[in-house]
Amino acid sequence: MHVPDGFLDAPTSVGTGVVAAVAVGIALKGARRELDDRTAPMAGLVAAFIFATQMLNFPVASGTSGHLLGGALAAVLVGPFTALLCMSTVFLVQCLLFADGGVTALGTNILLMGVITVVVGWTVFKGLQAVLPKRLSMVAPAAGIAALVSVPVAALGFVLLYALGGTADLSLDHLATAMVGVHVLIGIGEGVITALAVGSIVAVRPDLVYGARPVLEKRELVVRTRDQAPA
Amino acid sequence: MRRPGTKTLVVAGLLVALILAGVISRFASSDPDGLTKVSEDHGFADTGSSHQALLGDYGSLTGIVGVLVVLAVAAGIAFAVRRRDRAREDDRQDEPQDEPQDEPQDEPQDEKA
Repeated sequence: MHVPDGFLDAPTSVGTGVVAAVAVGIALKGARRELDDRTAPMAGLVAAFIFATQMLNFPVASGTSGHLLGGALAAVLVGPFTALLCMSTVFLVQCLLFADGGVTALGTNILLMGVITVVVGWTVFKGLQAVLPKRLSMVAPAAGIAALVSVPVAALGFVLLYALGGTADLSLDHLATAMVGVHVLIGIGEGVITALAVGSIVAVRPDLVYGARPVLEKRELVVRTRDQAPA
Repeated sequence: MRRPGTKTLVVAGLLVALILAGVISRFASSDPDGLTKVSEDHGFADTGSSHQALLGDYGSLTGIVGVLVVLAVAAGIAFAVRRRDRAREDDRQDEPQDEPQDEPQDEPQDEKA
């Protein structure tokens, strides 16, 4: 969903740039509470993994492909503030080194694929965690569902920005239908990849998964006094 | 099975990322992505423009370079903004006075230490 230069007019691009800069500023502050010597390498890994996975376009419909966005994945693994820093790094490198996403659209891309997917992904994940059983086995499915939801919301975000400052005269209804339709399909792939990735880290080192900590704290004593964790 | 250490996990994860970018990416779909396809179907693809890329297109080699650059930048940022509660004992050469020591350890984080 990388937006190139020219899709949105200059004022809109400046606006999204300002919003993205403020969001990254907030994330720099907030990430302090999420990161320590143990989790900082995870942030590097998560960003590198998302960059690699974004290269892997999978087919979703005839002649159309999609790839992971990764905001929900990053938020569950390293926390929402750190996640936005990871995502912004990915978009910056893609934009500068690979011309993937426009330079003037960098703020737009950070806003749509970073801020929106992280905020929506994390909010849905926390909501699911509140209603689902407090079990470690629920972390990966909740992350997957959160990831699925985040993609069409980001697509809708693009339509809203296009309504504000799109450079072509289009039917916004048609644009919204097309964008949300294809991105629900991409979201399914996003959900599967996210659930698999979160599930594999939860399986070996649940303590390194930010979103698993509330569940883990409840059974901390049990885990520490036995080799086998209860199912 | 013993639980892998953090370093082992990060190295293994990085290897996976490098294989994804360097090898598996060859099998990725080359069809336009969702937004590109919609922009073609709705006739506004030509309003977009591209710029000069420093590394060119995604390929096995450039993908690997990209992974390493992203890793370095993101890890660098993460280490720069992290809490230094443990660094205080091991090393102090990071000039701890340049960061505000706001409420350093009032979070109930230490139960795991």
